[in-house]
Formats: sequence, structure tokens, C-alpha cells
Amino acid sequence: MRNLIIEPTSKTPKIILNADVNVFEISGRSIPEDSVGFYRKVLDWIDEYAKNPNPKTNFKFQLEYFNTSSSKCLLDVFRRLEKMYKSGNQIEITWCYDADDEDMKETGEDYKALLEVPFELVSV
Amino acid sequence: MTYSYFKNMQVNNVIFVYQGEVTQDLVTSVLEMMEKKLDEDGEDKKVKKKVFNVMVECIQNVYHHLDALETTNVSGKINDKRALLMIGKEDTDYYVITGNYILNEKVEAVREKLERVNKCDKEELKKLYQEILANEQMSDKGTAGLGMIDIARKSGQKLGYDFHYVNETYSFFSLEAKISRDQA
Repeated sequence: MRNLIIEPTSKTPKIILNADVNVFEISGRSIPEDSVGFYRKVLDWIDEYAKNPNPKTNFKFQLEYFNTSSSKCLLDVFRRLEKMYKSGNQIEITWCYDADDEDMKETGEDYKALLEVPFELVSV
Repeated sequence: MTYSYFKNMQVNNVIFVYQGEVTQDLVTSVLEMMEKKLDEDGEDKKVKKKVFNVMVECIQNVYHHLDALETTNVSGKINDKRALLMIGKEDTDYYVITGNYILNEKVEAVREKLERVNKCDKEELKKLYQEILANEQMSDKGTAGLGMIDIARKSGQKLGYDFHYVNETYSFFSLEAKISRDQA
């Protein structure tokens, strides 16, 4: 399938969704006004990937900032990964946060509490 | 006149003020400029992050939710989308103030939301955030209904607010969030 690579801007994160090399990453800042529009591409890509996923998928998130409309979109991303996990795929989410960033750690914990999918918090 | 504006803003520790239409480009520019300013001032990394986060939510809140004031001028009927954005730096806190028109019919719902948020302690805010995140649908404006809660969580202080009655249709809503400069 086609990879989805989006370069970062001052308001949107870097997206690397590359099934060929098994790299799935969202990093940087996510503060667009139209989060729904931005994440639609990501969700569509995951829907396509879910039809024939790799044996093991580790989805990495490393965000510096995100706004509340992105937080809802991120949950949609997680829900799709959770669904894949529940239907028997090997899925892992890694939530990386800056060691000094208590808020980002806490947000990771918020998500982890809502989800039934392996979700690891990593201080970097 | 100019000098008195200048002195007045200085006394109130204003570092940024904008009165005008809030467009997507304006939001981007203000955030870029303020981020640069926080960097140049050598502000503590944790403080900087909190201030930036609160600014994003406050300004985008205005962008998404302000009600344009229908009014007339020389060119006829216009939709006045002007709002106020103000950022200040005091000895102990940063503050972010926004002001915008709101339809009177929405005032009660916003007031209730703010009262609820201000009654919550840290743990209750966390619970409320999780509850809304998990259960509520995105609005047709593409907003999550989490803005005020997030501002309160990041601010760590009670939110200040006021609804000033303008006429039978509109009020002027102002919101003030403070962020302590001591996040040690």
C-alpha cells in the first residue's frame, strides 16, 4: 500500500506511516484549527492498513504540544488501533514524552486509562 | 493620548494586545510571535509550555466560538467578528485574556460550564476531561468541548470570567486564565 508521509508545519505534526519498513510515527505539534480535516488522511490510511496489517505494528507518538480538538482525533486513531488489536493483531502504542513534561505524561495516562490496547509511556 | 495608552499598558504588564478580526492566519501569527517572545525572554521551559498551551486553547476558543455581531455601517449590514486578545506578564504570573461577543442565549450554558470547571480540584478536572474525551462527540465546529477544562488544568488556577450585557441579542464574554511563573 502507499505510504503516508506529511512534513511538519508550525501547527501540524510530522506523519510517517510506512508499512514497507514498519514505521508508524506521529511527532511534533498538533494545534491546527481544523484537526478533523487534518486527521482524516491518517484515519483513512489506518482503515486501509487494517485490511492487511504487518505481523507486528508499533505506533509511536511523540508530541510536543497538542490542542483539545487534536486530542479527540488522537483518540480516534487509538480506537482504530485498539480495534485491530482486539481482532487479533499484534499492536503496541508507544507514547513518548519529554522527561520534564508532566502534562504530556498525564495526557498519556489519560489515554491509557481509556484504552484496551498495549500502551507504553516512555520518558525521553 | 498615545503616551497614556502606552503607560496604561505598561502599568498592567501587557506584553501583547490585539483588537480585531480573529482569522486562522492571525491565530498562527500571534502564536508564532508569542512563542518567539517567550524564547527570547529566556522563560523556564515548563512555564513556557504551559503558557503556550493556554494561549492556543484560549485563542482558538475565540476563533471557533465567537458570535459575529450583526451591525450596520456606511457600507450596509456587516458581520463584526472583532475580538480582544491580551497577554500579560506579571511578577508571579502570566495572564491570557480574551473577549468576544456571544449570543445571550448561549450565556447560561457557558456560565454553567465555567462554574463547574471552577468547582473542580485537580483530580476532578482530570476525571471530567476523561469523561468528555471518551463519551462526547465532536461538535459540528470540530471542537471537542474540552477547551475550558484543559485551560483550567494547565493553568492550575481558577478561571476568571465575565458576561457584559450589550443589548437584547449579545453579551461580551471575557475569559482570564493565569499561569504561575513558578512551576518548580
